[in-house]
Amino acid sequence: MTILTDGFLKLDAPKKQLMLQGEWTLANIAKIKCALEKLSLQSLTNLMIDGSAITKMDSAAAWLITQYLLSFQNKKIIVHLQNFSEQQQKLIALVKENNFSQSDIPKVKKLNWIAQVGFSTVEKLKEMYAFLSFAGMLTLESLRISRYPRHVRWRAIVSTIDKTGYQALPIIALLSFMIGVVISYQMGNQLRNYGANVFIVNLLGLSVLREFGPLLTAIMVAGRTGSAFAAQLGIMKVNQEIDALNTMGVTPAELLLLPRLAGLIIILPLLTMWSDVFGIIGGMVMANNMLDVTWYDFLQRFQHEIPLRALIIGLGKAPVFALLIGSIGCFQGMRVAGSAESVGYHTTRSVVLAIFFIIIIDAIFSVVFSKFKL
Amino acid sequence: MTSEAIIEIKNLKIKFGATWVHNGLDLTVYRGEILGVVGGSGSGKTTLLREMLMLQPPTTGSIKIFNQEMTAASPSTLLQVQQRWGVLFQQNALFSSLTVLENVAFSLHEYTKLAADIIEELALLKILSVGLPVSAAVKYPAELSGGMQKRAALARAIALDPELIFLDEPTSGLDPDSAAGLDELILNLQSTMGLTIVMITHDLDSLWCTTDRVAFLGEGKVLCVEPIEKLVKNTHPLIKEFFHGTRGRIVEGIYK
Repeated sequence: MTILTDGFLKLDAPKKQLMLQGEWTLANIAKIKCALEKLSLQSLTNLMIDGSAITKMDSAAAWLITQYLLSFQNKKIIVHLQNFSEQQQKLIALVKENNFSQSDIPKVKKLNWIAQVGFSTVEKLKEMYAFLSFAGMLTLESLRISRYPRHVRWRAIVSTIDKTGYQALPIIALLSFMIGVVISYQMGNQLRNYGANVFIVNLLGLSVLREFGPLLTAIMVAGRTGSAFAAQLGIMKVNQEIDALNTMGVTPAELLLLPRLAGLIIILPLLTMWSDVFGIIGGMVMANNMLDVTWYDFLQRFQHEIPLRALIIGLGKAPVFALLIGSIGCFQGMRVAGSAESVGYHTTRSVVLAIFFIIIIDAIFSVVFSKFKL
Repeated sequence: MTSEAIIEIKNLKIKFGATWVHNGLDLTVYRGEILGVVGGSGSGKTTLLREMLMLQPPTTGSIKIFNQEMTAASPSTLLQVQQRWGVLFQQNALFSSLTVLENVAFSLHEYTKLAADIIEELALLKILSVGLPVSAAVKYPAELSGGMQKRAALARAIALDPELIFLDEPTSGLDPDSAAGLDELILNLQSTMGLTIVMITHDLDSLWCTTDRVAFLGEGKVLCVEPIEKLVKNTHPLIKEFFHGTRGRIVEGIYK
């Protein structure tokens, strides 16, 4: 085979000349590579590569040419380039100058699984440590501000109350009502078997006031508000707004963190109360329709059977949950660094951790209260 | 300079609220030139860029890029044009969740069917040719300095070997040394890759060093398109005010 041609190459073996032709661009690079691979040059010791018929060449093609020049060199074929335009030569020179192969890219070290377990354990411990110092910082800041009431940001507190409390009223009412309905329905079916319909009041009252009200509200607020705290603060961190505050001598704790926490601690017990009311109403509707317990009977029995203690214990948990949600949300927000991905990660984490700890603390409360026979 | 027009803007008008930001703007960019776009704050430089990139539809007027009418382009024509241009945004707009290498390789993955290792090598070539070290390839944008981020963003802009690139304030926020390095790099790339460059800038040094012609925006129009040496002598009050402050005179003195 003396002369081989296709769209991009023309090999003239007797003349030891390889003509390049057509559009040598990124779009055609795969085809050109195929054509080059089919080339058989065993018998040749030197080769003239001619670029006069190239209509268009970009840096991808220049890269390919450079690669082949190197491989020819390894095969001990002496190669000359001719009739390349000045710009094409410049391009090839630029590529030669910067020729690194992909194997030169530093590899990111992958850890084996034991090391990974260790690594993430250490990371978790570090995060816990950071959280403790964050909590300490907040405590010190709140002590400092309590000495100068002028520094309390009432406006920010009220805004938190509005956004996390007032605007959450409809959704919390609806969900609590539904939970009341569900509890009544499930328990009512069992109670009816024993003809103990009226005990629905005791079951519903205690479970909603002591557990479901506070827990449901806290989980809703963690999802609605904890995530919002983390995302807001995270974006402010990325935009260096937090840094700007620090340089102006206003601590982020004073302006951003403590008002959010304070607002949440004020509003969560109130929201819990709201949720209790609608939970009970939901149960009452169901009791009236399914169990033939009239409104009058229900309310009459409710005030005799349900101790005030149940309500107080339920409401008492709320500020603790508020502290958890607020501090975790703010902490995760302040840990955002650099990228959009980090904002997403820490926002998710704020919700997951808040709900996790709400349930753990709630379990601890149950155990402690039962020890004290409350 | 060949006289083939790459961008042709005719009678472009855009209104925000009650103000006409562009009111009958005409501009032509020729193949192979570096065109600077200057103008005071609020003269609509960034708006012009966004209109050319089809990020902001103009109220009326015509924008032709590569002889395609962009204001009425179908999505497929737009896509073809998009593969022939590259953009360096003012804030770099690097994807923060990807490494520099992945950022540069992104459009190669999207628009070519090459094997992954070839794409990596091509991307690496671009990273090295903008003067970044190999070690920067596996870093995330947040781990790089401002100047390096600019270079990485430029590498991404030239990933597909575009014919036309838009630079929005490429030297803003850089120290004089990095800014000069970037100017040099832009000139270098322009001559090796045969690029056409539209550059919005405030940097008088880059205007003097890199541009072939400069378009001055004001009063909703292009007031004047001239090489910088001529533009500074223009007697229009807005242009005079722009170039004849203390800084303008100093820079002009240096380059004369």
